[in-house]
Formats: sequence, C-alpha cells, structure tokens
Amino acid sequence: MAHDITADAAHAHEEHHESPVVFGFWLYLMTDCIIFGTLFAVFAVMRNQFAGGPTGKDIFDLNGVGIETALLLLSSITYGFGMISAHQNKLGALRGWLGVTFILGLGFLFMELREFSHMIAEGNGPDRSAFLSAFFTLVGTHGLHVTCGLLWMAVLIVQTGGKTVLSERMTNKLTCLSLFWHFLDIVWICVFTFVYLMSVI
Amino acid sequence: MLGKLSWSDIPIDVPILVGTFAGAAIAGLAVLGLITYYGKWGYLWKEWLTSVDHKRLGVMYIVLALVALFRGFADAIMMRSQLALAYAGNPGYLPPHHYDQIFSAHGTIMIFFMAMAFMTGLMNVIVPLQIGARDVAFPFLNSLSFWMTTISFVLINVSLFIGEFSQCGWLAYPPLSEQQFSPGVGVDYYIWAVQLSGVGTLLTGVNFFTTIVKMRAPGMTFMKMPVFTWTIFCTSVLIMLSFPILTVALGLLGLDRYLGMHFFTNDGGGNQMLYLSVIWGWGHPEVYILVLPAFGAFSEITQTFSRKPLFGYNTMVYATCSIMVLSMVVWLHHFFTMGAGANVNTFFGIMTMIIAIPTGVKIFNWLFTMYKGRVEFHATMYWVIGFMITFTIGGMTGVMLAIPAADFVLHNSLFVIAHFHNVIIGGVYFGYVAAMNFWFPKAFGFKLNEAWGKRAFWLWFVGFYFAFMPLYVLGFEGMTRRMNHYDNPEWYPWLLVAEAGAVMIALGIVCQLTQLYVSIRDRNLAENRDLTGDPWNARTLEWSTSSPPPFYNFAVVPVVHDLDAFAHDKEAGIDTRAAGSNYQPIHMPKNTAAGFFIGMFSLILGFAAVWWIWWLAAVGLIGVIATVIARSSNNDVDYYVPASEVARIENEHTRNLLAAQAAE
Repeated sequence: MAHDITADAAHAHEEHHESPVVFGFWLYLMTDCIIFGTLFAVFAVMRNQFAGGPTGKDIFDLNGVGIETALLLLSSITYGFGMISAHQNKLGALRGWLGVTFILGLGFLFMELREFSHMIAEGNGPDRSAFLSAFFTLVGTHGLHVTCGLLWMAVLIVQTGGKTVLSERMTNKLTCLSLFWHFLDIVWICVFTFVYLMSVI
Repeated sequence: MLGKLSWSDIPIDVPILVGTFAGAAIAGLAVLGLITYYGKWGYLWKEWLTSVDHKRLGVMYIVLALVALFRGFADAIMMRSQLALAYAGNPGYLPPHHYDQIFSAHGTIMIFFMAMAFMTGLMNVIVPLQIGARDVAFPFLNSLSFWMTTISFVLINVSLFIGEFSQCGWLAYPPLSEQQFSPGVGVDYYIWAVQLSGVGTLLTGVNFFTTIVKMRAPGMTFMKMPVFTWTIFCTSVLIMLSFPILTVALGLLGLDRYLGMHFFTNDGGGNQMLYLSVIWGWGHPEVYILVLPAFGAFSEITQTFSRKPLFGYNTMVYATCSIMVLSMVVWLHHFFTMGAGANVNTFFGIMTMIIAIPTGVKIFNWLFTMYKGRVEFHATMYWVIGFMITFTIGGMTGVMLAIPAADFVLHNSLFVIAHFHNVIIGGVYFGYVAAMNFWFPKAFGFKLNEAWGKRAFWLWFVGFYFAFMPLYVLGFEGMTRRMNHYDNPEWYPWLLVAEAGAVMIALGIVCQLTQLYVSIRDRNLAENRDLTGDPWNARTLEWSTSSPPPFYNFAVVPVVHDLDAFAHDKEAGIDTRAAGSNYQPIHMPKNTAAGFFIGMFSLILGFAAVWWIWWLAAVGLIGVIATVIARSSNNDVDYYVPASEVARIENEHTRNLLAAQAAE
C-alpha cells in the first residue's frame, strides 16, 4: 500500500513543526512531580510518628548524605557538559560525559543502598515505624528514579555508539533524559533539606 | 515455585463462579473459533491489535467498555437480587464473603473499566478529527495505554476464577484492606489492576493534552476549539493532576501489605485518615474526569439537533475550566464525618456548593440552545434530555450532601449510593451513550438504529428511577450501604421496587445490544449508510471528512476560520476537500506490537506479584524493560503515504459523495 521512501526525500516533505516529544516529557515530569509532592506530604504527616523507634537524629549520617548530594549535583553538571558536546556534535565527548555521569549516579545509588542496608541491619527498617516507612518510601522512590535514569543512560550510550550525526529523535531522547536527571537533582535537594536536615536540627 | 497459589484457590465449590467460568469459556472459545474459521487472525493482528490509529484504538476501548459494562451490571443485578431476597431471616443466595467481593468489583469495574474506558474511547475517536489532526501526538503510547487498560481488566476478571477479589469496597479503605484484616489476595488483585490501568490513563492524559496543545489545525485558536475538545483538554489536565495521587495512595497501601510498612496500619504510627485524604484527592477530580467529556458530548449533540450554534460558548468554556479548578478543592466532602473540625468542613462544604454554579450554567446553556431552536427528537436527543432532568436531580441531592450537618445523617447510607448513581448514570453513562449514538456513523460509516435506541433509552430512563429513587428513601430510613441482609420490614418493598428497576435496566442493555445487532445487519440499506460523512448536518471538523475517515483523517489539513469550522465552511461555500488533485505525501506512524507485548508482560508481572511468584514477576518486569528498549532502538517507526495513494482514496470518496447527491 504505502512505500517507504528514503530519509532525504522524507525530510523534504517534512512539515517543519517542532516534535512534541520534549513538551510531552515535560508534562510527564510534572505528573512525576505530583508523585513526589504527595510523598513529601505523606512524610510531613508521618515525620513524628516514631512509634517508640529511632528519630531521624538518631540514625541519619549527614556526612554520607553530604557526599551523596555532592555526587548527584556533580552528575548534573557533567550531564550538562554532555549536552553541550551533543549540540556541538562531538559524539565521543558526549559519550565520555555520559559515562562520567553514569559513574557518579552509580556512586550515589551505591551510597544510598549502603545507608539503607545499614539501617535495616540495625533493626531500623521501613517496618519499624510510620516515620521510617515514609522515609524509606520517599528516598527509595527517588532512588528508583535514579536507577531508571541510569538504565536509560546506559541505553543511550549504546544507541549513540558508532553514530557520526545525532538524529532529531536521538537529540530529543538526550534532552528528555537531561530534563529527567536535573529534575531528580531538584527533588534530591528537597529530600536533603526537608528529610535529612530538618530531622537533624 | 508458585508462591501463595495452590489448587485450593480455584473456587470449584462456588456454583455461580463455576457457571460464570463455563459461560465465559464457551463464549471465549466461540469467538476464537469464529475468528479462526473466518481466517481473521492476521487481519485482527495487523489491523487492530497492533494498530496505533486513534480511531481503531477508540473503537477497541469502547468494545472493552461494553464488556466491562456487562460484567459490572451482572454484579449490580446480583446485589439487587440478593437484597430483594435476604429479608427477615432469609440469608439470600450470596454469602457475605461473596457479596462483599461483588460490590467491590462492581464499583471498581464500572469506574475504571467501563466509564474510563468508554471516555477514553470517545476521546480517541473524536478529538484528533475534531481539531483537524492526523493522529494523536504519541500514537505508540496511545496503543500502550489501551493495552495497559485491557490487561488490567483481564487481571481483575482472573480474580473471579483464581483466588478472590477484594472485599473492601471500591476504594479499599484501610485498616480493613491491610494484611491484618484482609490476608487473602483480593486486595492485591485490586491494587495491581488499578495501578496498571493507571499507567495507561496517565499516558492518555499526557498524550491528549499534548495533542490538543500542539496539533490543532492552523487557525484553530483555543477559543475556536469545539466544546468537546475543551472538555477533553480539562479532563486531561485533571488526569495529570490526580492520577499520580492515586498511584501514591495505592502504592503506599501495597507497601503496607507487601513490606509490612505502617502508613495506614493500626499500629506503628499509621494513620488511616491519611489514606482517605490522599485517595479522595484523586477520587473527586476523577468524577469530573468522567463527567466533563459527557458535558462536551451533550454540547455538540444539543447544538447539532437544535440546528443552532451552542448558546454561550464562552461561558461554556469558562464553566468547564472553573469546574476543573474547583474539582481539586472539594475532596474532603467524602469524609466530613472524619472529624476535621467545623472550619475545615465548612470550607469544603461551601466549595462543593460553589461547584454547582458552573454546572448550572451549563444546564442553562443547553436549555437556551434548545430554546427557539428547531429541535429534532432524534434518539440521541432523548439521552440528552433524559440527562438534563436526571442530572439536575442528582446535582441537587449532591448539594444536600455538601451540607456537613446533613452529611452526618446521610453518610454511608443508601442516600449516597442513590446520589452518585444519579449523577454517574444520569450524567456520565447517558452522555457516553448519546455520544456513541451521535458519533457511531463517523467511526463506521452507518447509523445506529433509532427505534431500538429509543427503546433502550426509555428502559434505562424509567429503570433508573425505579432502581435508585427508592434508595434515597431507604437512605432516609437509615439503611446503610454494603448491607448483606436485613430485618426491617419497611425497607423490603422499596428494595423490591429497586430490583424491578434493575430488571428494566437489564432490558435496556438488551435493547442496546439489539440496536447494535440490527444496525450492523442493516448497514448497507441506503437510509443507514453515511456516504457524505456528515449525516446530521453537524458543525465541527470531524464531519468534514468521510465516514469512516481514511486512516490519515484529512488529505489536506483544514484551515480554521471560525468557531464551528465546518459549519462556517458550509455557510461560506468553502469545500475543504476541493483543494483536491494536488495531494502531498502524508507522514504516518507504523503499527507496532510493542504496546501489546508491554501489556502482556505487565499482566504477567501483575499476576505474579498478586501471588508472590517472584521469579515470574521478574520475568514480567524484564520483559517490559526489554520491550521498551527494543522499541526505543527501532528506527523504522514511520512512513510516508504516497500522494498517489491519497489521491486514490480521496477520489473514491468523491465518487461516494456524488452518488449520495444523485440519490437525493
């Protein structure tokens, strides 16, 4: 019925309107923001429900959290460098920066899981009290997002391999992951402030 | 190996379920056999199951909704029959364990899989056509949304035959829904079915918002957008705002059940009222998600069959947007009795009453549209007028419930049941059926039979009053909802009347099915065929293309000059199709099975998680991720329809048009 025609000819016919992908992804991020907003509200309700268990002051290790924060913030910068390389069509540099970002993200995740396993080993798991349920769920949801972001990043590193030019579709994907990654940074800053700092003071 | 699943979970000792299973199995085998006999598997797979065409997805959504209606109504009439029997020592035929599952399933299925699927189907069929677009913004995600909804419905029906369903009502309030009091798998079925379908709904919201913002035909500014599209726009906003809240609410309940957390438990610092607040933060916008599109459909139908432009288009748009905003600040009226205090209750009571104002504006707009119009009493109009009467009554009982002092008396009684069926059947369901009657020829190229449509209407309309007006009385007489049997002799006659109403509604559904059958049988009769694409002399763009529309919708993207673009073109003598002969190749998405496979893997994931079969859950999850990555790596996702092909299809339609004119 319909014939596929070559990409060049296709491009000639393309009406020049902007791809809706980035706009749509923004909308998705806003819905994600509501998920986090609701989890923050739940945490606010539960923050003093210790049920005789430990408080945040007893169990949070701010040094570790500080390093986690540094890793994640740094990874946002390196992703930014990656996007600059992408816009300059330097694909080698792009993949290099994505690799650095990936390692920083992995480091963040590693430290978070270490913190979690440490707390669980001491008997302060999510089933200890409503406060800890809310803590593990909020921070864990963020960690799950970081995991998805890392998986996505790995896929993009592979998909950009062997290419010399970035297609519009690939640029959109990189932009969407960029938005996602910076968004997770902003959420983490709120986690750091409202969960860790405010529990310790 | 099989987690919690064992042979004893198959309910072979419950005759109703065995009978249902046998019936479903025979019907299912018959359908599969017929498809095989006619050799339609390839057609079904290539043209429908893997389709990303919004029109076909829309049709499939509505088929799903009708199946869900059948299941949900079977639950309903079983409940009514139980209460017509279970009086004065007679236990009825449904033990509480089974009865509680039935009312939970009825609510869950009717809202998530009947109403939501019906609405999504309608917006899929209509919105891209109405804004002059060739598809939605993300056709693949659209197919994915459909499959997530479908497999969730499958999962909820699996609970009939393997294990059990939730016995905690359609919103699964804790602490009853916690592991401590509901150790079975019922609540887990509920959580997974609703969560997986929620993924589909959220993506639909994002998809249609993007479509409406980015893909309107040139010249169609926001204030030239048809009212139905406006309502879908507002519904999409509400979906994006509220479905994430539902995800969190059920996610936390799931964490309580699976990992022993303490969000809503009695011990460990849990707080059940938090669940109510969060889930109704979704639940109240949800009712407007359902009813706004019905309002949009009523607007289009009323203006078409009154032969007049809609009265007060601007106020209609503002009313829709006001409802959208206000719907986010009324949720607490679902639990006035929680004890939030007089000030909080007063605020939410007043907000709830205010929301009746824009709704009233709409009712008056429809009335004024009909006033001095040439109203044609088409079967579709019957549903509209039936809606206006019924919904107004439901709205007024809603304002009664908005008074906190009155709510303390009526809370948890059958009055509440009567009220929300009054607005959901009278508003949502009547609206969707009207829309189906109205847009059916657009989707299929032939009209629905009117005589059977009117019969269905009268049975539904009268049946509704018989079934639900007694429930208002019973509410005042103190009968609480979700009651399995009773001894009060005053209630008995009213419940018999309600049972009679349910039977009438059953006959109404039979008439609707007959209407479909008769219409399909007589589809080639000249008076039923729609060769022009504009059977009702309607006003908006979807009627300017052929019926059914070509898969690319518009050979030439229409240019919009005014509100009701097609009416304007007809009056000004502009033939948008006459741009003719010089067709351009059209960029279209390719069909893909990715949505289907992601759905199937999600079904595996959901089923395995319900039964704690963790290796199988891992298979499902990895399957989902692998399919997403494969889809992301596939660059062969679109193609161009050559101009010659477009010309061939368009010329064929022109011939049909000429034939239709000659016949007149």
